[in-house]
Amino acid sequence: MSMQELLPLAVLFSSLVPGLAIFALPESWIGVRTTLNLFGAFAKLGLVFLLLAGVAAGDEFGLRYAVLPGLDLAFKVDALGMLFITLSAILWLFTTLYAIGYLEGAPHRSRFFGFFSLCVTATMGIAMAANLFTFFVFYELLTLSTFPLVVHRGTDKAMRGGTIYLAYTLVGGTALLTGIVWLHHLLGHSEFAHGGIAAALGGDSAGQLKIIFLLLIAGVGVKAALVPLHGWLPQAMVAPAPVSALLHAVAVVKAGAFGIVRIVYEVYGIEFAQSLNLLLPLAVVAAVTIVWGSFRALFQDDLKRRLAFSTVSQVSYIALGVALFGPVGTIGGLVHLVHQGIMKITLFFCAGNYAETLGIHKVSEMDGAGRRMPLTTLAFSIGALGMMGAPLTAGAVSKAWLTDGATAAGMAWAIPVLWASSLLNAAYFLPILWRAWFRPAPAAWPEEHIPRRGWRETAWLLLLPPLVTAAATLAAAAWADASLSPLAWARLIAAREYLGLETP
Amino acid sequence: MIDSLVWLLLLPLAWATLAFVLGPGRGAWLAIAGLAAQFALAVDLARIVAAGGVAAHVVGGWGAPLGIDLAADGLSAAMLLLTQGVALPLAIHARAYFKAGDPAGVWFWPLLGFLLAGLNALFVSADLFNLYVTLELVGLAAVGLVAAGGGTQQVAAALRYLFATLLGSGAYLLGVALLYGAYGTVSSATLLPLVTAEAPRLVWIAAGLMVTGLLLKTALFPFHFWLPPAHGGAPAPVSALLSALVVKASFYLILRLWLGPLQALLPSFAWLLALLGAAAIFWGSWQAIRAVKVKRLIAYSTVAQLGYLFLIFPLLPAPGALQAGVMQVFAHGLAKAGMFAAAGVMIKATGQDTVAGLAGAVERLPVTFFAFGLAGMTLMGLPPSSGFLAKWQIIDAALAQGHWVIAVVALAGGLLAAVYVFRVLRQAFLQAPVPDTATAVPRTLEWTAFALAAASVLLGLRGVELMQLVMV
Repeated sequence: MSMQELLPLAVLFSSLVPGLAIFALPESWIGVRTTLNLFGAFAKLGLVFLLLAGVAAGDEFGLRYAVLPGLDLAFKVDALGMLFITLSAILWLFTTLYAIGYLEGAPHRSRFFGFFSLCVTATMGIAMAANLFTFFVFYELLTLSTFPLVVHRGTDKAMRGGTIYLAYTLVGGTALLTGIVWLHHLLGHSEFAHGGIAAALGGDSAGQLKIIFLLLIAGVGVKAALVPLHGWLPQAMVAPAPVSALLHAVAVVKAGAFGIVRIVYEVYGIEFAQSLNLLLPLAVVAAVTIVWGSFRALFQDDLKRRLAFSTVSQVSYIALGVALFGPVGTIGGLVHLVHQGIMKITLFFCAGNYAETLGIHKVSEMDGAGRRMPLTTLAFSIGALGMMGAPLTAGAVSKAWLTDGATAAGMAWAIPVLWASSLLNAAYFLPILWRAWFRPAPAAWPEEHIPRRGWRETAWLLLLPPLVTAAATLAAAAWADASLSPLAWARLIAAREYLGLETP
Repeated sequence: MIDSLVWLLLLPLAWATLAFVLGPGRGAWLAIAGLAAQFALAVDLARIVAAGGVAAHVVGGWGAPLGIDLAADGLSAAMLLLTQGVALPLAIHARAYFKAGDPAGVWFWPLLGFLLAGLNALFVSADLFNLYVTLELVGLAAVGLVAAGGGTQQVAAALRYLFATLLGSGAYLLGVALLYGAYGTVSSATLLPLVTAEAPRLVWIAAGLMVTGLLLKTALFPFHFWLPPAHGGAPAPVSALLSALVVKASFYLILRLWLGPLQALLPSFAWLLALLGAAAIFWGSWQAIRAVKVKRLIAYSTVAQLGYLFLIFPLLPAPGALQAGVMQVFAHGLAKAGMFAAAGVMIKATGQDTVAGLAGAVERLPVTFFAFGLAGMTLMGLPPSSGFLAKWQIIDAALAQGHWVIAVVALAGGLLAAVYVFRVLRQAFLQAPVPDTATAVPRTLEWTAFALAAASVLLGLRGVELMQLVMV
């Protein structure tokens, strides 16, 4: 087996093997479990950097083998996949660290970290899938491996959240499968390719292709939380904070958004999708989701629920960028895939810190939290400002490219949508910041679990991850033009997807 | 040289007889050793068939039409492989399950041997009367296994099962007799060119009787009435054997008749069977969703899953349909054996047999519930599992022939399966205090269930060889 085949496999196995081993560990073997977790996370990161260097240099990585005659499980590592892989691998490391701190002393940790590793394995599979069949295999694996995490606490509320999550994702998965088999039947294969594959069928099958597009997008749209398929996301916030981070930033909604990107660019092809008039409806759905998610977030008092609706809105920036016909919008959407991830994970880490340290679960309990937990609140503020698209944050970069993309695509109506979303973001984030920094603290916190020790406002494993991701939010903007920045990588992808067009 | 084909019939008969002679409750190790050898033989046979086409043996040197011909093509070899592959882990499971003088296990080993001898003979028999004999052997051994529990309910279920199976094989035998009357032969190969679509009405009636009898034994909706009490009431290892293998035997026979001697007649019934299959999927799933007891739930799931097998009949003109059917037989065989075995562990460990009684049990039985989850994945047809490949193949074949209704039924069935599978898992994940009835269970029980369930998933990662074997 050559290096080109071995590396993608190694990326999968670097989380699969530790995950399976962790399942078998007795609950009390904390040291071994932590070592396995971190070994997996660091090994994956190392492998990802090797791949990154290779892909940037133009190397081809991939492998395939037949599952059934004429049906291949196939992997490839391309620039687009690398964007998602790198994001997930880095955020996985920090989420693991955070989860180790968060779950200290909690029951069922072997089970938790086992499924946690399976989730990341599934995410890597989604990113490296070379055809829709493989994509689907890992997409459903992701659903199955997140369910035990969502219901981890075993309360009735957790069960309800988990059941709703399953109901949405399994029905979505069925729609996706229908679309995939149908397309597979028409084309005889379902390989991803630059410029798309559906165009080969020509205009004769336009009607069928439109229905298939609807099925595919509905299928991935459930995970991407497109309105009206978003109902599961606010319910699933009953999960522990590291799981929310996983759902909102590392794996699940990202898998949906990534699916939209693959389907539009590499199954239909952006130009063919435009010629079938598929992009405008997608853009409209994305725009509605952006505004509706932000609007609903305004009325949530539960902090994590507010963040969940914010995710609904923000993830559709990616879908909107994809649906804007032209490379500028594409770059905006792709770069937001990364930027939204690091910003939203910061916010969820911080929300987890408030809950674990002080017992704060609601916005109305946030008064004075900034003075008790200045570092956490600083990280939260950076994340929130990023979401609003404030200057000097990663969010500003995304928003600038998306706005330019809308202009370039002649879809100027999308610009007010983006501005309205920014305003609404400010309307639901600024009151939180104001309460945290400027309102006096109550006499007693709702439930203080972790006392302050010196400058350490909470356990250091809880504090470190949000600080790093908050710093990354600023760094992604400050070094946006550096050669391996998310923006530079998004431009590389756009250059490879728009074969004939001049890219900026 | 060892003739794998013959030894696959002789070995189980040998250890069954020996186990009987040894006395009540004895012979477990003998059975396990015998099954291990049988498994090796089945693998060997599959390899020979895959490489060189059909393997045949003429018993006593008397060829057809006078003597008995045994022949194994790809389909037979695949079924033999599945049978030994499921029976071996289940035997290991049953040894731990029936330990310490369980009255239900007293005659388990001889009956298991006769059951397997019957199944193996059924898969390699090439004439219709011989098939009847094997069918009876399988049916009677299976009834014996159900009745061995000895409880009032079990005996009642066994009696109902006995009537159903005798009625089924009786109808089949009547059909065979009519065919013999019309053509003077019961050899599949000789009948093949004789039976045409212009056959007299009597032959049509014969075909109808044979298929109806077999449907009764396969428990296709609405002939499923005997299955839930029999499969739900028997000891768990027996339920596993019955659901995974026994009902597949009569299905296999329908498939054989369809592709073989009666191929000119049966396709007229294709849509009727598919319709009943669809009804089975919906009715079985609905009853599983409503079931109170765990094993009832799984038994109704079998009713539903058998429905998938009948969806393939209208699609059989395409080669993919047969492959889909065999994949589904494998998927369901492995997964259901694993699931019933897991359910047996749950019931033993919690001391309760209802779904509600499983609250919080995942904490004490992680391996068992993992097994249940993996088997559930296969039943739901979620990737990566053999159930998913089967579903994919069915939908693919359905679309290729424009029968999108079948694709819709298959997809809807998967969602319904998810409802009843997650009903159990959900309950298990709840936080609940440990009940007083809880007891510890041997590890072997948990891991054999896990092995079967894991096999049903792993097959989903590599189905090429199996599919090639089937096409021989």
